Amino acid sequence: MKAIHILVLASFAALLMVAAVHLPRRGDPNSPANRAENVLKGPVAGAYYIQNAYLDAKTPNMVTVILADYRGFDTLGETVVVFAGGVACLYLLRRRTS
Amino acid sequence: MTAFEFAEGYSAYLLLVVLFAIGLYGMMMKQNLIKKIMGMSIVQSSVILFFIVSAYKDDATVSVIDYARGVTNPDLYLNPLPHTLMLTAIVVAVVTLGVSFALVIMIYKRFKTLHEPTLRELMK
Amino acid sequence: MNEVNRDLLLRRHMEGPIVSPIVHVCCRGLAPFIQITGLYVFFHGHYSPGGGFQGGVLLAASIIMLRMSLGLADSQRIMPNRLPIPLAALGALIYAGTGLLAMLWGGSYLDYSFLPLPMLDPAMLRYVGILVIELGVTICVMSTLISIYDNLLGS
Repeated sequence: MKAIHILVLASFAALLMVAAVHLPRRGDPNSPANRAENVLKGPVAGAYYIQNAYLDAKTPNMVTVILADYRGFDTLGETVVVFAGGVACLYLLRRRTS
Repeated sequence: MTAFEFAEGYSAYLLLVVLFAIGLYGMMMKQNLIKKIMGMSIVQSSVILFFIVSAYKDDATVSVIDYARGVTNPDLYLNPLPHTLMLTAIVVAVVTLGVSFALVIMIYKRFKTLHEPTLRELMK
Repeated sequence: MNEVNRDLLLRRHMEGPIVSPIVHVCCRGLAPFIQITGLYVFFHGHYSPGGGFQGGVLLAASIIMLRMSLGLADSQRIMPNRLPIPLAALGALIYAGTGLLAMLWGGSYLDYSFLPLPMLDPAMLRYVGILVIELGVTICVMSTLISIYDNLLGS
């Protein structure tokens, strides 16, 4: 039983390694995520944010602009998740008086 | 591609796959719930590091504007999108850890054990 | 060591004050500096790596350090036990309320350039809006982490 588990794990790791080797290499400026325009001549998210973040919000830190402005709805949901986690902890662990 | 270029370009990804497999080993094979949670945390770390590594560009600087470099050429800055996504993922990972510890504490209070086969026997 | 003894020792470590004066003085002296660093990281998030999440975690770390060193009873004055959950709700509410305010003044949800602040052009309005919602995120993350620590401790 244990041998089967290890075999499954090893084959899964080998699969992931094969997939990783087919990615663009680390630091490639021309990989699809780092290019300035995609195959349809449209803008790519990363390059668009770099070029427009300061003009749109006068904030030098692009990560802050993306976090709070371009993807503000994402961060709102994430804040609600943090709050829900806190409330879940409270209700799981509170001292029961009864 | 020479062997050196291959190692430079892919060693980080391969090491992170190994880290992922270690975390998955902890989640699959260990029978203590705390050790399973440690495995989950290792898997989360490996995924977060994977995204951060994929944001790297050659000859680029951090994604805070350097006025000497300007903003017209995006090749001069790291890709800021994976950094943002992982910033939120880290906080969610911390809260997930807290909730899972709360569940483990409740399980220990009720069954007085964290050994998974014993728990499965007790829950029948 | 038997069960009762271990429980007593554990409780003294987790709830009662730690008797060592070195730990006491060091933690009390260090806490304000950590809080100042947290506020710096939060307010300087526009110009350097930092922002709401990191600042909130630093503020929470200072208070959790006081909880660990002074004990739960003595650290009530800086952050009472009942406060974190309402504070977290307030943080989430600041965030959602900013988005709603922009919507009421004619923009789409979370479009800060419609915030009702006169004399500012849209880019500066976005700057202000980012600061306000980072404040909400800071409060929410800080009080949620403190609340999780308190609940794990009190169980």
